[in-house]
This record gives sequence, structure tokens and C-alpha cells, in this order.
Amino acid sequence: MDYEANLLPGTLDLLILKAVSLGPLHGYGVLLRIGQISGRALLIQQGALYPALFRLVRQGLLKTSWDKSENNRRAKFYELTSKGRKRLREETDGWNRLVAAIASALAAQPQEI
Amino acid sequence: MILAYFRSLAARFFHRSQTENDLEEELRSHIQLRADELERFGLGRAEAERRARIEFGSQEKFREECREAIAGNFIDVLLQDVRFSLRMLRKSPGFAAIVVLTIALGIGATTAIFSVVDATLLKPLPYSHPEELISIESDLPGINAHDVGMSQPEWQDLQQSGIFEYVSPTWFDENNLTGSSQPARVRLLIVAPDYFALLRAQPQLGRAFDPQYNSPGFIPEILISDALWKRNFGGDPNILEKSVRMDTDLYRIVGVMPPGFDSPGRTAEERNIEIWAATSFYGPPLPDQPARNRRNLPTAIARLKPGLTIAAAQSRVDALVASLQKQFPSDYPNGWGVRLRPLKDIVVGDVRQPLLLLLGAVGLVLLIGCVNVANLLLARASARAHEMAIRRALGAGRARLIRQLLTESLILSLVGGTAGVAIVFAAREPLLRLIPETLPRLNDTSISWSVLIFAVIVSILSGVIFGLAPALQAGRLNLNHALNQDGRGSTGSGERARTRRLLVIAEFALSFVLMIAAGLLLHSFWDLLSARLGFTPQSVMSVRTRLPYPNDASVDKYATAAQEAPFICELLRRCKSLPGVEEAAIGDPAAIPLDQSQRDLNTLEGKLFVTFEGQSAKPDAATLIERSRVTPEYFQLVGIPLLRGRLFNEFDTDTTPQVAVVNEAFARNYWPDGDAIGKRFKSIKPDSPWITIVGVIANARTQSLAQMDVPQLYLNVYQNPAKHLAIFMRGRVDTAAIPDQVRAQVQAVDQTLPVFGAQTLTQTLSDSLAQRRFSMEMITAFAATALLLAAIGIYGVISFMVAERIQEIGIRLALGAQRQNILGMVLGQGLRLALSGAAVGLVGAVIVARLMLSLLYGVNPTDPLTFAGVALLFITVALLACYVPARRAIRVDPMVALRYE
Repeated sequence: MDYEANLLPGTLDLLILKAVSLGPLHGYGVLLRIGQISGRALLIQQGALYPALFRLVRQGLLKTSWDKSENNRRAKFYELTSKGRKRLREETDGWNRLVAAIASALAAQPQEI
Repeated sequence: MILAYFRSLAARFFHRSQTENDLEEELRSHIQLRADELERFGLGRAEAERRARIEFGSQEKFREECREAIAGNFIDVLLQDVRFSLRMLRKSPGFAAIVVLTIALGIGATTAIFSVVDATLLKPLPYSHPEELISIESDLPGINAHDVGMSQPEWQDLQQSGIFEYVSPTWFDENNLTGSSQPARVRLLIVAPDYFALLRAQPQLGRAFDPQYNSPGFIPEILISDALWKRNFGGDPNILEKSVRMDTDLYRIVGVMPPGFDSPGRTAEERNIEIWAATSFYGPPLPDQPARNRRNLPTAIARLKPGLTIAAAQSRVDALVASLQKQFPSDYPNGWGVRLRPLKDIVVGDVRQPLLLLLGAVGLVLLIGCVNVANLLLARASARAHEMAIRRALGAGRARLIRQLLTESLILSLVGGTAGVAIVFAAREPLLRLIPETLPRLNDTSISWSVLIFAVIVSILSGVIFGLAPALQAGRLNLNHALNQDGRGSTGSGERARTRRLLVIAEFALSFVLMIAAGLLLHSFWDLLSARLGFTPQSVMSVRTRLPYPNDASVDKYATAAQEAPFICELLRRCKSLPGVEEAAIGDPAAIPLDQSQRDLNTLEGKLFVTFEGQSAKPDAATLIERSRVTPEYFQLVGIPLLRGRLFNEFDTDTTPQVAVVNEAFARNYWPDGDAIGKRFKSIKPDSPWITIVGVIANARTQSLAQMDVPQLYLNVYQNPAKHLAIFMRGRVDTAAIPDQVRAQVQAVDQTLPVFGAQTLTQTLSDSLAQRRFSMEMITAFAATALLLAAIGIYGVISFMVAERIQEIGIRLALGAQRQNILGMVLGQGLRLALSGAAVGLVGAVIVARLMLSLLYGVNPTDPLTFAGVALLFITVALLACYVPARRAIRVDPMVALRYE
């Protein structure tokens, strides 16, 4: 099995928004896409995805429609709303700032203090 | 706005199944898609689907989380819980019915009592800015006399003090209204011209008095009540400007007060005024130059200047009173004090304590009901332990389970509460009839918004109270035990059993408190009923009439004793000749034993300021005493024996020296060492004659059932004429026919006189106990209910215990245990519970009994007889309740018991 990083709390929503921003996906597709874009480093328990999806729909960040999947099964597809796109931008910026700050903190050397 | 909210709520409630289907389909499609993928790795379809499901994780848990994510807010989860609870309750209708019924009765009774408390104690008086309304009472501290009324100059002083917006004396009187088919006795309130301005009340028809009126005598105008307008004038729309005669004086009707308008007063009589008349309280028939020490204005009300508190007003009044006393020292030999009290206190009177006691009692019954329901829920929890364990195992959170169970309890209590309020609403007419008519503001009693809000709050509280223990218990569930042992005999049930025992102890403690309260009241009531009266009320009737009191004394046919004597003689002669009448006497209403309706009225009619001859160092010091005026036959008729001296006789007339008869208490009170006979006193009214005491009669409970030794003074009607009269008749009379028979006789002598108020003395006696009886009956009913509930509770717990230990009992029997021992063991268990409850309840009972002190008569609050009796009854009931399951225990067939399970 691949190395699984524990997801930081709150990052699942960000990953879902990112995955869906690349094109409409059904739930299982979201899982696959996250695995794919994270280089299989991040794995999510399958069931845990759905409460997060429903939460994002309720917040108006995603919209849904029923459609046929690539292998001809009926599935619910998720798509970013404009509100969702805006949120993704904000969250991405926030995340990058956080990563930069933590990286710089971790890179600190004794003589720099 | 609100409507839209409810609509969306309803939509969510009913259309949830749509989203639910969506969720199901989506999860299914996920499994399918994953299975498709796994199939591509070479797994068979069935295996692929199985793996997909395992990878997905606990479907139930995520489904639940999804629901919460969809629902997103509290309301939605709540609705979901509600729907689930309803489903559960539909599955056990018997259980639900018992709980709802218990709660319905508890909340119904509590709400009913609260509606009375609300109307009487909580609602402000129905006048504009009621907080500004006060009652004014005068005291004479020197002679320890309270509420003695005020004089016209004192009223003027208060009026001009700048402390009050308005001050109005109020003078309750009866009057003879002539002009309609029959002379009618009406309840009249004599007020100041600004009375209606003071209350800020408007007539529905016509106008009020001119507040500026300040000429001598009465305004020749009256306002009438809606009831009188409809009854005596047929609701005539052209009533205004019509004239009527009251006590032969002519008055114009200028206004009709609206229905439901009551004057603030301390008795039902004083509140149900039919006619209002106004005067400036000087000039005929009152003195032209009123004296400062002539306290002939019995009661007064006032409206404070806006923004002034009662305390601030009181201190300013105190200063005013002090300066007036300095200015007129000769008028205040006994000092003078003026007390301001909230008007509501006067109207509510002394019912506060009994009402709060009732509310407390019914609250206890409800609490016991709740405990009983909690017990039932715990028993049910045993049966549902398995269900709960499975739901926990499938991922339902602890908090979620507790919330679910609490929702169930709340639904039960709200349904129960609704049913309870509905019962009260449906039965409000017969319920209201249970309440004694003397209760103030009875007409204001209704199922108002505040009562409904109270019912809702009480319902929710009850739900939480009875739902909490079982819910928490379910939260603590031990999964392994519950699942392995199928819920029965598990440790969880051991803890439940402990909780149930504690609940039963609580029930018994609460009901013990109630039983003691009821026992003390019953004992008091019994003592009152069996108290030696000192007079014989049996087969005595009293009928009232009233002589007119014209404003112009010169047209008064009954102005003096000499003028009134022929009327009295003739009336007596005629009444004695009525069928069945053996004896007859005439007196004033104060002579009717135990007549509450007159006694509470502060009319000054029955009171007299007197000075005793040679007794006081200060010649001006007066004593306020209560007196009755009677004809000589009275004492024999009511059966009060003479102890010393003589009674009145036919030689006592208006031309002979005035004489008086006093009771033993009076003689003892004023002449503790010497003999009262031969002593003289006189009224402080100018030119009053000396009155000599000629006889001492035995004490009797004519003033109050609770008190034997109230000083009583009797004067002779032939020497001291009375306008308000009561005709007493003893014999085997037809109580239904007597009013008409007496009316015929009275009107044969003077056809302008009204006849009313016919009652037997036993009825009067019984009426005087009405409020006491009401409290006693209610508390006793509540206590009986409480005991019944507690008995059901202990029955349930002991039955459960027997059922749980049936195997053990079987083994014991098989090993040769005596059935007696088993019986003793089971009964002992029950008895221990009951006695623990009684011990806890004893502490509460002692506290409550002390609080009830003023409601008791002749009974010590720690009356050993009551406590012992209650304890005995208590133990008996507990043993009876335990006996049924105990018999089941000893009938156990060892073989059956051992094969059980």
C-alpha cells in the first residue's frame, strides 16, 4: 500500500474543491482525482468523502446534477459554483501562506535568532 | 415571514424522503463504481462488491453524518429525531398512552391551579397603571386599633398633600332601589366625585361624575353596573337620564359601566357593586361641618403621583400625619397612623398562602407523576437495551442516543401537556364551580396566554425531568454486556434497578410531605367542625331587609327608636305567625352568626367608639368595639345561655336608660378582676347616653369558628335602632317558601322594603368554611393521587425485582426455604423503600407544616396524631402494593423457575 499521509483537519474540503475545479466529477471520481493529483500520497476513507461533499453543497460551493458516468452508470456529478471558485482561491492562498510560514519556521538556524 | 419559515420547515419534514432516496442512490452508485474498478483488477463481481463495501467503511455512520451535513442545523436533526420518536412510540401505544395520561393529568391539574393563581396573584389589577393604585388605612396606635377609617378633614388633607393624584374614600352600603316591579336591595358604593378619574375607568354608556364637584351632599346622579342595567332595566338603550329612587331619594342615571368592570374591594360583595353614587362627604345626610375625629369614611383608595414609589409616598405621608397631629392635638389622643398598601394586596386578601400551598401541592403531584414515568421509561430501557446497543455498535454517537431519547420524552410530555390543557379547557365550567365564590378575581380566571406559556414550560420541564435519568443511563450502556446477554440481567440493568429504587424513595418522600399537609388540614377541619359552637344553628333561618336612609332626615319614617319600634313589633308578630315558625327575633346583620359576607366589610356599621365610665385617666381615649343590635328574643332563639344578670326585656324602651348585654370574653377583657354588671360606657358621638351592662352571656363562636373568646357587645334594637335588619326564625319552616312568605309580611307593613339574603344558619356556617374546605379537599385529593402514584411506583419496582430474582427464589424454595421467609424478604424490600422515603419526607413535611401554620386550627404543625396516622396509612399502602408481587414470588414453582430461560 502507498504511504498515506494523515489529512490535516480542514484540508479535505480544500482538496475536494481543487479536484472538482479541474472538471465535474462524481463522488468516486473525486476520490480517484485526489489520489491522482496528490501522487497517491493522500488517501481518504471512501465513506468520509460524502459528509464533506454534502457540507460543501449546503454551503453553496458545489452544485450537483445526475448524469451518466464514463462506464454508463447513473451517478451524481459535482461542479464548482462561482462561490466555490472564489473560496478555492482564498483557501489556496491561505494554505500557501501557511506552508511558507511553517517552512520558514522549520528552516530557521540558531545564528538567525 | 414566519409563515414562510414554517412552510419550509414542513416541506423539509415531509419531503425528506426525496433527499434520503438521493443519498441512498448516490452511495449505491459509489459502491458500484468502485466494484467496477475492482472487477477490472480481475475480481469476480460478488467479491468486488463485497470489497467495495468494506473499503467504504460503516455505511450507517457515514449516512448519519451525511444526514447531519444535509440537515446542517439543529431544527433538521430535531425533526428527524421527532419522526423517529413518533415511529418508536407508535410501536408501543400502550406505553405511550399510560405516560401521556399520567402527564396529562399532572399538567392539567397544575395548569388549572396556575390559572387561578395567575388570575388572583399575578395579573395586575384591571385598571390603567395599576401599580400607582394604593389603599389607605388609618390606625390608632394608642388603642391598638387598625383600619379605623378616616374623617372628612383628613381626606381633604391627603387630597391636598401633593402626594396623590386622587384620593377617594369608598363606602360600601346597601340601598333600597324602588321603581322597578319589586323593591330591590342593591350594592352601593359611595365614592368621591373623582373616583372614576382615579381608576381611569370609562362608562360604556353616558359619562362619569364631574371630578370637580365640591358642593355639599350627594350628587343627584348615579352610575349603574352592566349587570343591573340588563337585569332591572332590560338593557334599555334609553336608560340615560332616567331617574330612580334609592332610599326614597331621587337620582338620575348618567352612566352604565362596561361588563366586567369590578370595583376594587376586599370581598365579593364589595367588588360586585351595582350602583355608584358620589358625594363630597359633607352636608346632608352627613354633618355640614365634619369633625376631624369623626372617622365615618370607612375605606379609601388613591392613585399615587406618577413616578412616586409607595415607600417614598409613605415617608411623605408620615411627615404630614406628624405635623397634623401637632396642629390638632386634641383630636388625636390615641395617636394616628396612615398606612399605604398596594391596592392589589387588599383585593387579594388572605388567599395568597392557601393558593400557593395548592400550587405547591399540585406541583408535587406532577413531580411524582414524572418520577413514575421515569420509572416506566427505565423499565422500558431494559427492553430496549438491545436496540440501543445495536445502534451504538452501528456508529450512533452517545450524544445522539441521549438526544434521541430526550426527544422521545419531550414528545410524550408535550402531547401529555396538550391533552392536559385540553381537558382543563373542556372541563373549565365544572372546575370553576369547585372554587368558592369568595375567591377574589374569580372572573379573571381563564386559560390566558400566560397560562398556556406556563403549561408549555411545565411540559418541557417534566419531559426533561422524567427523560433525563433513562437517557443518561442509555448513554452509559456497556456494549459487550448488552449485546452478549441480550439485555437481561446485565450490569446496565443493575444500575437501572438502583436508579429505580432511588426514584421510588423520592416518590414516597414527596407523597409523604403531601400526606402530612393534607392530614394537618383534615385534622384542623375536623376540629373546626366538631368545635363546640356555643349556639344552636340548627333549624334557624335568617332573612334580611333594610330600612331606607334618606339624605333628608326629616322625611325618614324610621329616624328614631320610637319611630322604628312599631315596625319591629309588628314584623315580629307577623313572622311568628308564619307556618312552622316557633320563635322569631330581629337583629342587625352583625348578629347573624358567622356571616362572612358582612363581617369582612369595613362598613363601621357594626363598630362603635366608646369610653368606659371612670376607667380611663384620659377622658378622650376611646375604645373601638364591635356590637350587634338585637331584640330580647334573640339570645333564646340562637341558644346562647345567660350567665349573670338579665337579658333585655319589654321594659327596655327608648324612654328607659340604655342597657347592654356582653359576653364572658368582653367582661373578662375589660374587667378582668371585677364584675361587668352595672358598669357603664358611652359612644364618643356627642350627646350619647350612658349605657349600662345588665347581663353577661356565655361565649359562643358567633364571630369566628376558630375563636371562642371574641369580645361581644349586644345592644337593644328598641333603644338603638338599626337600618340593616335580619329576621331570625326558628322552627320547622319551609326553607324554599320562606323568602316569599317573609316578603309578603314585610311588605304588608311597608311595601317599599326589599327582602333578600334568606339563608339557614347551618348554610352560613358551612359557607364560612368554604375556602378552608376547598383547600382541604384539593390538598387531600392531591395527596391521595400522590399516594396512588407512589403505590404504583413501588409495585412496579418490586414486581421487577421479583421477576429478576425468580430463579434465585426458585432455588431457595427448592433448597427448602419457607414461603414465609420469601414473603418476608419481598415485603421487607418494599418496606425498606417506603420507610426510606418516609424518613426523607419527614424532614420536608416538618418544614411545610411550619409554613402552613396560619392555615391550621387547633393543631400543632408537628401534631403527633397526624404524623403517626399518616405514617401508618403510608406503610399499609406500601405493604399492600408489595403484597401482590410478593404473592407471585411465593407461588413460584421451583421447577418452572429453574427451567426458565
